[in-house]
Amino acid sequence: MSGLHPKAPFPKAAEASVNQPQLRANLRKVTHTIRAKRAAVVAELPYWEQLRQLGAATKDDSLVNLSDRLLELERNVQARGGQVHWARDAAEAREIVARIALAHGERELIKVKSITSDEIELNQALEEHGIHAIETDLAELIVQLSHDTPSHILVPAIHRNRAEIQALFNAELPGEGGLSDNPQDLAAAARRYLRHKFLTTRMAVSGANFAVAETGTVCVVESEGNGRMCLTLPEVLVSIMGIEKVLDTWEDIAVFMETLPRSSTAERMNPYNSFWSGVTEGDGPQEFHLILLDNGRTHVLADEFGRQTLRCIRCSACLNVCPVYERAGGHAYGSVYPGPIGSILTPQLLGMHDKNANSLPFASSLCGACYEVCPVEINIPQVLIYLRNEGNAHKGPNAESLAMGAARVAMSEGWRWEGALRLARLGQGPLVRQGEISWLPGMLAGWTEVRDLPALPREGFREWWKAREGSRTVDANTQAGPPDIVQDAQNRESPPANVQEGGHPPAGQHGQEGEDHA
Amino acid sequence: MKVDLYLTCVNDAMFPRTGQATVRLLERLGCEVRFNPCQTCCGQMHMNTGYREDALVLARKFVREYEHAEAVVMPSGSCAAMVRELYPQAAQWAGDDELLRGVQALESRIFELSEFLVDRLGVTDVGAYYPHRVTYHPTCHAARMLHVGDRPLQLLRNVRGMTLLELEGAEECCGFGGTFAVKNADVSAAMLADKTRHIQDTGAEACTAGDNSCLLHIGGGLHRLRSGVRTVHLAEILASTEEEVFA
Amino acid sequence: MSHPKSVHPHNAEARLEMLTVINRAIAGAAPVEKPAYPRPQPLSAAEREEQFRDRILDYRAHYTRVPLAELPQAIAASLGRAQRVLVPAGIPADWLPAGLEQLRDEPPLSHAQLDRAEAVVTGCAVAVSETGTICLDHGAEQGRRALSLIPDLHVCVVRENQIVQTVRGAVERLGLAVRAGRPLTWLSGGSATSDIELVRVEGVHGPRALHVIVIAE
Ligand code: SF4
Repeated sequence: MSGLHPKAPFPKAAEASVNQPQLRANLRKVTHTIRAKRAAVVAELPYWEQLRQLGAATKDDSLVNLSDRLLELERNVQARGGQVHWARDAAEAREIVARIALAHGERELIKVKSITSDEIELNQALEEHGIHAIETDLAELIVQLSHDTPSHILVPAIHRNRAEIQALFNAELPGEGGLSDNPQDLAAAARRYLRHKFLTTRMAVSGANFAVAETGTVCVVESEGNGRMCLTLPEVLVSIMGIEKVLDTWEDIAVFMETLPRSSTAERMNPYNSFWSGVTEGDGPQEFHLILLDNGRTHVLADEFGRQTLRCIRCSACLNVCPVYERAGGHAYGSVYPGPIGSILTPQLLGMHDKNANSLPFASSLCGACYEVCPVEINIPQVLIYLRNEGNAHKGPNAESLAMGAARVAMSEGWRWEGALRLARLGQGPLVRQGEISWLPGMLAGWTEVRDLPALPREGFREWWKAREGSRTVDANTQAGPPDIVQDAQNRESPPANVQEGGHPPAGQHGQEGEDHA
Repeated sequence: MKVDLYLTCVNDAMFPRTGQATVRLLERLGCEVRFNPCQTCCGQMHMNTGYREDALVLARKFVREYEHAEAVVMPSGSCAAMVRELYPQAAQWAGDDELLRGVQALESRIFELSEFLVDRLGVTDVGAYYPHRVTYHPTCHAARMLHVGDRPLQLLRNVRGMTLLELEGAEECCGFGGTFAVKNADVSAAMLADKTRHIQDTGAEACTAGDNSCLLHIGGGLHRLRSGVRTVHLAEILASTEEEVFA
Repeated sequence: MSHPKSVHPHNAEARLEMLTVINRAIAGAAPVEKPAYPRPQPLSAAEREEQFRDRILDYRAHYTRVPLAELPQAIAASLGRAQRVLVPAGIPADWLPAGLEQLRDEPPLSHAQLDRAEAVVTGCAVAVSETGTICLDHGAEQGRRALSLIPDLHVCVVRENQIVQTVRGAVERLGLAVRAGRPLTWLSGGSATSDIELVRVEGVHGPRALHVIVIAE
């Protein structure tokens, strides 16, 4: 198991959260605020689109050379005194971390926010070994103290308001009790609690935003400084990274240092970025372990179209613009990866074998807002459509597929379709159920909860057109020329070169013969 | 110019007036409009619901029937986007090179209505008259896949007698998304609720858009609320004149 | 602490299997062309300094620009009443105000000793005007990473010729340090969080105050 398996299909999981007005109000405020800020800082860079293209190509380049890159990274981390571990799945990764901690006799370690570690459910596994992992990111601390799960990549406690956090800190943080609900006060309490831990804990666990194969460098991007504390002060550091995070050369870092902060926290640059290569004598942890995690990433890599999903740099811009995320909230996605990216990443990491996860690609109206903001140009809507098809391919015939097939047959010829429409107007035939059009399979059930559906018009366009064509032959020659407003434009136009004037007419005649059948 | 009207299945079944308006409008602007009765559906519903093979049958049919067209005009952003954006992709997924070549050759002659008027005919004032307060919802596929930008607004601003009211959160999806509205009815309803509230806040008598499937959804919501606000396709406003108010 | 060096038997097996699966997944994939890096309109030195200042102030950090001769007074002003000021190796003596109670890191101070320091004065490796970022490579004038992390006030001195316009420019300049294996820390304003209802709170764990002093040339 890992933090990827949704416990219910998305529509069911979303039902509860959609109907919580407080949660929806919180989400709305937060997503709209970040949305506007992001748009402003992105607009500062006139060459943003080029940066997106470059970011996408840089990631693709590493992905299609992934084995070479990982071997080079391993070589260079080792050359600088670090150790590299390979983990096929969550269990292997957890075991490696636990083994390192136990070898040093550590019972407590500090952690920098890392979705990858949530993905492998590291904290729970360490508890089983009697090792306590302390989350040091403010939001992760809130989530941990309240035995909750994160609901957003960037602001994991987005679903909690200040009163809840005040109560939590007063109850759970040693020595506190009289905190106000002022965020400044609450953050200061977290500082007091964690300061001592930073200075005395001997082992830390982090994720990684990027790694550079050429130099063996690992990068962590953060805001609060807890990352720097964890990466600098302990004696032993373990970093867990998905294999897709590796880049080729040091210079490849640049584009992401431009696009990630603007897409993520909507800042020109986030407060702190740390880079280190193996072990530096006299500076920072003197023992460094890098864990390279697969856990389904190679499933994604193997699919030529789905592969683009692995470009993701976890900025969360797609969450913040997503109308579905805004209403359903992060928990509805049932995975550590929520929002549009979660809808394509989770099912693929699970090899398209998890039924609940396969409902995620349908959790989208395909509005395309996610693709527009993605700093590495992942065409999320197209991947969603692709995965819907992949998911259906794993299923046998069912009511929906049969209805789709029936609609396709009705639509395969103009005459069939015309006949079906004619029947539909009489309240019969393959497109109709209970007197209303139903070629969206099962449409009526969900549709009429909150929407009305107009009755079918008695006369369709085709009848009108035919009647008109019949009468038109008489006055066809008297038709007026184009009015002045378009004459100029028309004089400029010439038909596209590949269309011969008077060439094959669009299949008008075929249609006539179709009518006889209908 | 000879123009092939591709009506789309939703209009064919449910919105004949949109088709009639498109014909009137294009003829008024001097086009020779043709309607190929073989047409059925572009296959978008099949594709987006995950039935690619069914969709490909309809895609091949479309390309066969329109490969020689001078211009194909669709009063629907999402169907135009299906043909221009998703046909090539679906052809690649299926390894159908013939379809891919066919679509690529045809692509530049496929137009959503506002694109055709503004880019191909070079008009933004179509001589329309529509004495109502109207707000405009830019549909997702027209905005983000076709990038029609403000073309529909350019056209609407030149409609005489009409008051165009700005819609808050205009670029946000109405929650339709084909079978999404059914499969994820709760989320879709929540999106629709925000959209209809914003529309009602404008004080408009009518909400317009370039796509009747979105309008079917929005209109269904407005009707259920007994809001008194109606929906009307862009083509119907543009076809209206002082002699004949179309919608 | 002991150093467990031996490779766990599982690991060799996992490594081999992962590499095999990856190779199978990417077999026959077409090579990728990377487009050129876009470059903005170059700014003059004066415009760069202006932009840098604007960005630093936007982060609500302090900003001063002084000629070298006035640097000691500027540092003294930034330090205010702070006692026990960390001074990394390599900081020129003529930067510092007279009578400063200096804490040197030779021999290396313990975490507890560092925690008692109230401020640190460092130089930097390079700075970025477009983003208001200061990059440390922890070489001379900067000290190891813990020095500029634990004290509550960080006074950072930037020479005007260290300011480049773009992130890309800074990455290029830092190439030598990274290839020499040195760690880097990039600072853009002070520590901050927006985790509670998206309200920005400055100064969580890192230094709560950042003072940037640019030496005018
Ligand atoms: S998919 Fe794109 S927008 Fe979404 S988190 Fe990943 S990089 Fe950011």
